[in-house]
Amino acid sequence: MRVALFVTCIGDTLFPEAGRATVSVLERLGHDVAFPSEQTCCGQMHLNSGYSAEADRLAARFRSVFDGFDAIVSPSSSCAGTMREHYGVENVYELSEFLVHRLGVEDVGARFPHRVTYHATCHSLRVTKVGDAPQRLLQGVDGLELVELSRPRECCGFGGTFSIKNADTSSAMLADKCADVEATGAEYCTALDGSCLLQIGGGLSRGRSGVRAIHLAEILAST
Amino acid sequence: MRAPAESFPAAARRELANVQLRTNLRKATDTIRDKRARVVGEMPDWEDLRDAGRAIKADLLAHLDDYLLQFEEAVQAAGGHVHWARDAAEANAVVADVARSHGADEVVKMKSLTTDEIELNDALAEHGICATETDFAELILQLDGDWSSHILVPAIHRNRTEIRDLFARTIAPGIVSDDPRDLAEAARLYLREKFLAARVGVSGANFGVAETGTICIVESEGNGRMCTTLPRVLVTVLGIEKLVPTFADLEVFLQLLPRSSTGERMNPYTSLWTGATEGQELHVVLLDNGRTRVLADDVGRQALHCIRCSACLNVCPVYSRTGGHAYGSVYPGPIGAILTPQLVGIENAASLPFASSLCGACYEVCPVKIDIPSVLLHLRTRAVSARAGRAERAGMGLVAWMFSGRRRFGAAQRLARLAQPFALRLGPLAAWTRTRDLKPMPKETFGEWWRKR
Repeated sequence: MRVALFVTCIGDTLFPEAGRATVSVLERLGHDVAFPSEQTCCGQMHLNSGYSAEADRLAARFRSVFDGFDAIVSPSSSCAGTMREHYGVENVYELSEFLVHRLGVEDVGARFPHRVTYHATCHSLRVTKVGDAPQRLLQGVDGLELVELSRPRECCGFGGTFSIKNADTSSAMLADKCADVEATGAEYCTALDGSCLLQIGGGLSRGRSGVRAIHLAEILAST
Repeated sequence: MRAPAESFPAAARRELANVQLRTNLRKATDTIRDKRARVVGEMPDWEDLRDAGRAIKADLLAHLDDYLLQFEEAVQAAGGHVHWARDAAEANAVVADVARSHGADEVVKMKSLTTDEIELNDALAEHGICATETDFAELILQLDGDWSSHILVPAIHRNRTEIRDLFARTIAPGIVSDDPRDLAEAARLYLREKFLAARVGVSGANFGVAETGTICIVESEGNGRMCTTLPRVLVTVLGIEKLVPTFADLEVFLQLLPRSSTGERMNPYTSLWTGATEGQELHVVLLDNGRTRVLADDVGRQALHCIRCSACLNVCPVYSRTGGHAYGSVYPGPIGAILTPQLVGIENAASLPFASSLCGACYEVCPVKIDIPSVLLHLRTRAVSARAGRAERAGMGLVAWMFSGRRRFGAAQRLARLAQPFALRLGPLAAWTRTRDLKPMPKETFGEWWRKR
């Protein structure tokens, strides 16, 4: 199977560790991973901000850059969802759904002896619809204690440019999410999307919390 | 319909400062949300019902002209009068004329968003006619000159001590108890006189049946059926999208609505009436007020499927923080964010489609499957065409250009790394860093790491 990594613009720039971890997990499972070097952004930022013509052009660019691969795997449910559900590129997968639903793997041989809570990002729940794939993978991690978040299906308040245009509302949503995360007593809060982790991590850090935001791929890559 | 007086971010900022409101709202919306989830969870065919609801409304809208004429004919055949109103002024004039022709200077009203939309009470007051709200929450708002902040529970932003003090000042001098039972009793005593004296009642409608001319309302308090039965004359104002084609279609909606709205299997009172019996008079006002403009937009028109259940409000993380007043319209929450801009014109409510994190919780619960996130995206594009500032356009254009080549993107990443320490306090990033830290850019991007590999 020819697997391409779509690292996403935000992953490339701010979360390279999640991209490296994705490569490491896929290679550990015996896959050759390609990184089409011309890739940039799926266009979601433009699409969600009301610039659909620009978004359409970026999506078309994505298609040509990733043409010919059997599977395109991304450490982002939101970007994968934009390409698959909005633009109809069928072979784009978020990492956890690729592992569990496409490859049938639930134990990737990881070890992460920590208390972890999982934030289900909105687009993983309602756009990409990854189901319980992330939880299955986390349960397969050696030494990991998974603790449930109260209001696990509630948005963290990121929402792309919403976090800037409606910064006050976004911050109010974040404050509640951070309080819920803190209440679990977890050491780490994990999720499938760098964007939401940017928000949650930024809130936790500002609140001098001891809880760290970490991408699911990094947990799966740990041994 | 009146356009929001200020932008959503500005109004939200003010509302967010009210900590008590946020706590109350959160508690109330969580309670209704959980009730809804329980009664929806017990329906094995819920998804089929949603599909049916959507299909019926889509059919209605596709043939609305025919169904409206069919409805008019059926109402007239059953002895009712039908009035067509292009806008609020025409609708209000009909109600005022009917009241005046019966020498009524007081009318009793049941809870109706449509009459709030056209600001009927103010219009009647200009004609010297006093309209009394008979729904408990609407009465509270009317007595205090306040306005609705939730479709189902309009006074959700008020607590019972405030209501007791208000009643003591107005309809129940000397009341000391703030027990809900005592407050309700005070309202009952006040309203009973109004019901018995009024010659004209005014209602909205949950559904109008094209096939039979029947009008249907669902309610919890029973005040609605007092308004529709005690006065000899009834005026019903309904939006043209409130029709359903056949009587049998009510079977679908009377399952969808109460479960989605109050979280009940069935609401306490359901009233249906067809035309008027001898000695009574029924006037039906069919209101457009911007709806045909919504109908003309093939993506946005699904907003007209809405049956005003308010499930989208109760699951919305934005609504549950800001409350309804931030939306500046009688239609708050996610449905308001897509309906208001279409009714008043996108240029008059351009910030509303952006009042969402696009989390999609609203779409998940909508009983008639309005794809609110998709409509929001569609309206955002329209808002940008209508209103976006030059700076934003230029910025977004620059970012798109930067994303359209890998070398440009790489250069932008290097530039961002250099600018990072200064940029945090400027422009859009300042809005971020006021409440949140920004993860520092790592020394190496993924692309740089991959090349070295």
